Amino acid sequence: MSEFDEAAKTLNFDSPNSYVGRSVTRPNARRLAQGRGQFVDDIVLPRMLHVAYARSPHAHAKIVRIETKKAAAMPGVVRVVAGAEIAMVVKPYVGVLTHLQGMRSPPQYPLAMEVARWQGEPVVAVVAQSRAEAEDAAEAVEVEYGELPAALDAERALDPSEPKIHKEFDSNLCFQRTVDTGGVDAAMNSAHLVVEDTIRFGRHTGVTMEPRAILADYNRAEESMTVYHCGQSPHMMQGIIASRLSLDEHRVRVVARDVGGSFGIKIHTYGDEIAACALSLMLGRPVKFAADRYESFLSDIHARDHRVKARLAVDREGNMLALEIDDLTGIGPYSMFPRSSGVECNQVLNLTGGPYKHKEYRAKGTVVFQNKNMMCQYRAVGHPIAVAVAEHMVDQAAAALRLDPAEMRKKNLIADDAYPCKSPSGMRFEALSHHQCLDKLLTLMKYGELRKEQNELRKKGVYRGIGLSSFIEVTNPSPMFYGVGGARIAAQDGCTIKLDASGAIVAATGVTEQGQGTETIMAQIAATALGVEMSCVKVLTGDTDKVPYGGGTWASRAAGIGGEAVLQAGLALKANILQAGAVILKTNASDLDIVDGRVVKKGTEQGITLAELARICYYRGNELPADFQPELVVTRHYRVKDYAFVFSNGAQGCSLEVDTDTGFVKLLKMWCVDDCGRVINPKLVEEQARGGIVQGIGGALYEQCIYDDRGQLLNATMADYLVPMAAEMPDIECAHVETPTKTSMLGAKGAGEAGTGGAPAAIMNAVNDALRPLGAKVTSQPIAPEVVLRALGKVN
Amino acid sequence: MNAPLETVEISLTVNGERVKRSVPARLNLADFLRNELELTGTHVGCEHGVCGACTVRVDGEIVRGCLMFAAQAEGCTVDTIEGLSDSREIEELQSAFVLTNALQCGFCTPGVLMAAQALLRDEPDPSRERIREYLSGNYCRCTGYQAIVDAIEAVAKARAGRRGR
Repeated sequence: MSEFDEAAKTLNFDSPNSYVGRSVTRPNARRLAQGRGQFVDDIVLPRMLHVAYARSPHAHAKIVRIETKKAAAMPGVVRVVAGAEIAMVVKPYVGVLTHLQGMRSPPQYPLAMEVARWQGEPVVAVVAQSRAEAEDAAEAVEVEYGELPAALDAERALDPSEPKIHKEFDSNLCFQRTVDTGGVDAAMNSAHLVVEDTIRFGRHTGVTMEPRAILADYNRAEESMTVYHCGQSPHMMQGIIASRLSLDEHRVRVVARDVGGSFGIKIHTYGDEIAACALSLMLGRPVKFAADRYESFLSDIHARDHRVKARLAVDREGNMLALEIDDLTGIGPYSMFPRSSGVECNQVLNLTGGPYKHKEYRAKGTVVFQNKNMMCQYRAVGHPIAVAVAEHMVDQAAAALRLDPAEMRKKNLIADDAYPCKSPSGMRFEALSHHQCLDKLLTLMKYGELRKEQNELRKKGVYRGIGLSSFIEVTNPSPMFYGVGGARIAAQDGCTIKLDASGAIVAATGVTEQGQGTETIMAQIAATALGVEMSCVKVLTGDTDKVPYGGGTWASRAAGIGGEAVLQAGLALKANILQAGAVILKTNASDLDIVDGRVVKKGTEQGITLAELARICYYRGNELPADFQPELVVTRHYRVKDYAFVFSNGAQGCSLEVDTDTGFVKLLKMWCVDDCGRVINPKLVEEQARGGIVQGIGGALYEQCIYDDRGQLLNATMADYLVPMAAEMPDIECAHVETPTKTSMLGAKGAGEAGTGGAPAAIMNAVNDALRPLGAKVTSQPIAPEVVLRALGKVN
Repeated sequence: MNAPLETVEISLTVNGERVKRSVPARLNLADFLRNELELTGTHVGCEHGVCGACTVRVDGEIVRGCLMFAAQAEGCTVDTIEGLSDSREIEELQSAFVLTNALQCGFCTPGVLMAAQALLRDEPDPSRERIREYLSGNYCRCTGYQAIVDAIEAVAKARAGRRGR
């Protein structure tokens, strides 16, 4: 703790005046509830144009000829541009990270050049006065395609007989990695029992309620570009736009105001968005691209789509000895820039079995190219796969040994007093609480009673299932996540905080708000650090011209990393304020404190308001000694140094009923216990858990991007692609365990993704728990009625 | 032959104000409200009438703004989130939404509030199951719905309590 400020020693998060730990409401929610949000598509600029794209109707096709004359003559059309022309102003990009050794992906251009490699790839841009006119003209663009055979099935992508997607590569391999502790075979050979399964996870996507949108405004006089972007990482986008369009980075401003859901979808480099920026540069006018829902399904990144073969060895008592997995995933024709599409598979290798004590682990991950839409990081990257695989195998072993799943976990989870420790895959854990979380979960669920009820109902032919999952979650990533691989993505974050001339506090932070409550918790932290009412604090986010350089909000980093920067900045500002107060009150700063917005002598009410202190410092400097200059603006930064990631952990439970005639799964209730370290706002943490769990439910039961054998996405509308709806969702009960991290003074870990990471495992285990007396088992998600009926042998 | 591009004169009342415009025949009501009248609180999520983000009230009934042509609103009374906020008609619901954190990104929220107000008008005392069922035409990707149900249930109970007194 020595690195932290002196003032911190007096900080007490449990004091009555602390906002940390309180479920305050979100000040910015009122505006959104009145429809006064400002989303990108709400913004209209003078002389603004709209772009629409003619997209490839084929999964894989040579572009033989493009004829744009007819489109160019359509009403309202300003410009029609194909890939080669855009490429003259945009440098291509390559989505590889150097620390994922051997990863490869060819250069990518905003629009397809000679070959289109997935259905929905943008091919020709049409700029017009209105979006409707641009769409009309895009339909009139004539592109002659020469259809090529497509490589679609990830499991066959490496067969020599499959079409090769990139001529510069000898195969469709993007990335491969292995982890091996060395003793897996020996452990498997001498084990009492080895269970084995192949588990499949469907492709799904984020379906943000607000489709992707960007409004680029190039100003020729200033040679500057202002980009309104619904995204999660404004500084990352600033760097990408500047470097790809050869602009000075400091003349590119990225503004992310209200963002209508993101979940990892809006943090990647999309060709249609970069092309919109290029078109603004070419035309010297604002150009807006707002995807419609069809485009969203065809071009927003997809996620998951893994096939994992797993083996787990246990001894007679059920102690886990060795785990082996072989993960294969298809990522579309390119690895996304700049985060790469190798990270999900990499996470699966890093995380599978992470909560458990087994010593031996072997994992192989293979990432292949295919002619489908690109895949990349979506909420809980890799976790839903890793957790579902391990938890499924744990339950399979428990069932074979006739052990209760809860007992099996208690036997095998790493002891709460065993930290710090390292997983067989090399992950370092600072302090986790698997047993505390599981115990709390079982109490919350009334696990014993549920089991009794389940047994009673089975006698009546009602098949209820109870599922558990224990998990770890990557949060607060250090530079070892992206920076180490050469990506210009900040792991540090900053806060500039000031006492303004009215006595109010303004805090600008590099992390962003997409509805999680980022601005609220930052205000809670700043108010607590300074000793002021939260209503006196204004938080600025989402503008590269106004906030310190930072990474943004992803990988559950905003609270832990952004929050610590706010805390440190707040404490430093407090010290400066007390120094000014000491000069004004003619005493020592160490005798002063800030209480309820007043600088007072400790233990008394004697003192002055912050407004009065600000008035003197800003307007009446003549009253201050000549050798004293108040500094009422400070900036502090923070990054995680001691660990690659600060892991959080938790446990989830699910109760459901399977209709064995129809295959329908009815969720009855879910429970979640999460340990995200210090809880800044319990209500907001719970809402992250609930929202996250429901997205996990979507992947487990409903959501899937269904392609036909020619690579056509068959369900690219909201009517055809199923997302969780209110009627099918259960109530979700949440509780917390708090193990603050010692890597920061705030002690917060992330909470945004645990719900999504843990839910699919609990649900699949519950379905299999329900089906077990019938001798049936499901091993693929989404667990659609058809999957259940097939498992029951009722359909082929 | 160019029928979609023909323009139509329409007069209607939007949020209590009389509005007269010449609009393309193919323009839908949601786009009309957003682009012509700058009432951007009505959001467009799917353009298929599925997600409910564009829910507005026409002559007292909630409709999908994306499934109705602006021209069909000729002579109608249209209320949007802006109107219901300014008139304070849904203030109690809005406060409950803020209190229970029934919104995160806020994109679906105007449509959800429109639906919630219609539900409570027609069925003042709905069960949680009924609230969930009624909201099935309004997608939310952030909250998981529970807080929305909590908020609507709380308003229904508060109103029932007041009626009881």
